[in-house]
Amino acid sequence: MSETETDKDAPEFDPDDPRLTRFDLVREGARRDGVEIVHYQPRFTKPGSKEEKRVVRFVALCFFIVGLAALAFIVAYVAWPWRYEPGSNLNKFYTPVLGTTLGLALLFIGIGIITWAKKLLPEEVSVERRHDGASPDVERKLTAATAVSMVDELGIQRRPLLKGAVALGLAPVGVAAIMPLGGLIKDHKSDLLTTAWKKGVRLMHDDGTLVRPEDVSAGGQITVFPAIPGGNTNKYADSPTLLIHLRDADAERALSNALPINKGAQWNNYLAYSKICTHAGCPASLYEQQTNRLLCPCHQSQFDITNNARPIFGPATRRLPQLPITVDSDGYFVATSDYKVPIGPGFWERP
Amino acid sequence: MKRPKFDPKQAPGAVADWADQRLAGASPLRKLFNKVFPDHWSFMLGEIALYSFIILLLTGTFLAFFFTPSSAEVVYNGSYVPLRGISMSQAYASALNISFDVRGGLVLRQIHHWSALLFMAAIVVHMLRTFFTGAFRRPRELNWMVGFLLFWLGFLEGFAGYSLPDDALSGTGLRIADAIMLSIPVIGTWVSFAIFGGEFPGGDRIFSLLYIGHVFLIPGIILALIALHLALLVKQKHTQWPGPGRTEHNVVGHRMFPGFAAKGGGFFMIVFGVLALFGGLIQINPIWLFGPYKAAVVSSASQPDWYVMFLDGSTRLMPPWEIRIHLFNHGYTVPPIFWPTVVLPGILVGLGLLYPFLEQRFMRDRAHHNLLQRPRDVPTRTGLGAMAVTFFVVLTLSGGNDVIADKFDISLNAMTWAGRIGILILPPLAYYLAHRIALGLQQHDREVLAHGVETGIIKRLPNGAFVEVHQPLAAPDEHGHTELPYRGWVVPKKMNRIGAIGPAVKGFFVAVEKPEEPREVEAEEQREELTSGRR
Repeated sequence: MSETETDKDAPEFDPDDPRLTRFDLVREGARRDGVEIVHYQPRFTKPGSKEEKRVVRFVALCFFIVGLAALAFIVAYVAWPWRYEPGSNLNKFYTPVLGTTLGLALLFIGIGIITWAKKLLPEEVSVERRHDGASPDVERKLTAATAVSMVDELGIQRRPLLKGAVALGLAPVGVAAIMPLGGLIKDHKSDLLTTAWKKGVRLMHDDGTLVRPEDVSAGGQITVFPAIPGGNTNKYADSPTLLIHLRDADAERALSNALPINKGAQWNNYLAYSKICTHAGCPASLYEQQTNRLLCPCHQSQFDITNNARPIFGPATRRLPQLPITVDSDGYFVATSDYKVPIGPGFWERP
Repeated sequence: MKRPKFDPKQAPGAVADWADQRLAGASPLRKLFNKVFPDHWSFMLGEIALYSFIILLLTGTFLAFFFTPSSAEVVYNGSYVPLRGISMSQAYASALNISFDVRGGLVLRQIHHWSALLFMAAIVVHMLRTFFTGAFRRPRELNWMVGFLLFWLGFLEGFAGYSLPDDALSGTGLRIADAIMLSIPVIGTWVSFAIFGGEFPGGDRIFSLLYIGHVFLIPGIILALIALHLALLVKQKHTQWPGPGRTEHNVVGHRMFPGFAAKGGGFFMIVFGVLALFGGLIQINPIWLFGPYKAAVVSSASQPDWYVMFLDGSTRLMPPWEIRIHLFNHGYTVPPIFWPTVVLPGILVGLGLLYPFLEQRFMRDRAHHNLLQRPRDVPTRTGLGAMAVTFFVVLTLSGGNDVIADKFDISLNAMTWAGRIGILILPPLAYYLAHRIALGLQQHDREVLAHGVETGIIKRLPNGAFVEVHQPLAAPDEHGHTELPYRGWVVPKKMNRIGAIGPAVKGFFVAVEKPEEPREVEAEEQREELTSGRR
């Protein structure tokens, strides 16, 4: 389009005119693209000047360094001892050596090219015209007519029955297209409400051994899991529980504070709370003995252990559910039932 | 038939002729060669984002060769001794293998992670540049929206990648993501169960989704949007700063080839080189120190990548306000985590996407704009931007408030309260300050145009008063004022900028050259001649 525009008023341009230099052709080409080269001059007025030679040497040096670094990268990649070995050894430098050699190679390509472009290429300032705004009015009218005529040819306005049929018939197809995603849907009725704990399930350590009262010293806490197959794996990610051995005074306070729902859950000075934070489900595991506070490291919710694990700071709203425990005839801790309320983060249907 | 002799000098011409006979590409190709790019350092910020995305594709492809997205339990038996014999998911084990048992795997993993952080950072800084200079105004609203969506897609892509290795930290992130899904009223549990394939952590479902999402779906969408972003840019051409010779109807700068393209290509190599150095020398996400994800395990100072930290911060600052609803003899819950992690991002997406249209409405400016504005010239927008940045910074700092509390020995609870109070009062304060500073800078520019540049020379008048001598930029009238209009462009503020003083002497310890003699102040028409973007 621009070609015809310029052709109209400009005198005939003959690319084979011997008087024209190559740059004249370049300038004419740019002009036809709506670009005016208003300033163009070589970077160095005197070719082969000291300054020019200096820049050329620098660019050459850059590419020389690239070659060296790339070669070093290839050699290091193949020959450097790379397997992980404990202790301090050369292998530890494999990754740094690769990064350094590759990084230097790439950096110096960049520095070389940019120096070339900035210091050796001719200076220029070009001005390009913009053609902002909408298409020309004629074009718009012609396109609009074409579009309207497409609709007209279909005759959908004149045939209301078709309009209805298309709408009614195709709408379900749109929905049908996303139906396969239904394969993702799972019923969720009860999973969120229960855990692996139930009456008679013993408590176990992470290594699978059962838990006795003497395993936890006064003021201490351990993480316990339901003693069932896979009870300490992520298959039962809702079941990890914190077993806390309170000191006498704290235990008494916890006992007297116990809410009706938590009555009888405590065994002597031992009590167990769900480890899964009621805020976002992270394990709340930082226990401060002196204040009996439990802190979740993800969002800093804090729970008061001696008062039904009531949240006392941070974004958590609900208490940590307490697991009712006792000690069976063999001297092992055992749960007397599942948690009385759903553990973990809140959800819409949570009663 | 006689076979023509092959002449290597003719080859490029012959190939060009062959192609043009079939494609008629001569004039569109020349149009591309001749496209003019304006020059300003801030225009390279978007380039950094583009280049780091290319590096992400390259390194990510390598990682995909060796990664297994599966939650199946295996016993680790690789080179890293401390974790030998521990049972873990295949995903985590293969991430460990990439780090220790694939030649050069660790350096590529680390380049990949650093590129991701740089990608997001470059997007954010590029977005700020576009915002504060008004480059999003008509006709570029559409490109603003595309760029804005690219930020949130990058956010999702980054989170998916962060979650894939299934180490203790990323598993905790997924756990929180599950709590966020669960918190959505009515459909929350359905969403969570659909994505995890059951109660958290479900089975393999989450890894299939994360993997396909991370290596195929989201990168595909990002790639398509980047193509659209660049196509719109080519179609609408660059914005440019106001200056001599630059108008709303032209673009002043360099042609694309060879100068601009060479600079761009070189810059890509520099970005790649810096990322390779980072990947080799600066450890990132050492998953082998975190161990496999277990529901009962977490460490203190568990932070997400920086671009997610503001949402972590908003979650930490949210007060424990749970809403209970009783309907049909059943209680329903809206957990507090719903507001900072679902509603807040929703508002942020909506506000950001629609900002160009909101501004058009409130500023009643619907004209075409190709010249950029300096932040000082639009104090309201600058104030709003400062407000948004402050909001983001307070939330990001709150996302690491436990680390700050620990390192600076401050009460953790005090940090949370500081964040809660800060998020309410600091953004308006930032608005006020930025607004006033913008007006002040503008005022100073106008003063220089009216009175001239400060010279530092104090003159004593016959009546005993001291006045500073100003160097006027144009011939002053009888009141000592000049009639230069304010054009929203840089005003010289130092003597050497207008040529009254020679440039600074080069050399650190000893001068490497003789100082230049002070030049005469250039005549008006000379100064108005076209210059490139270098100022």
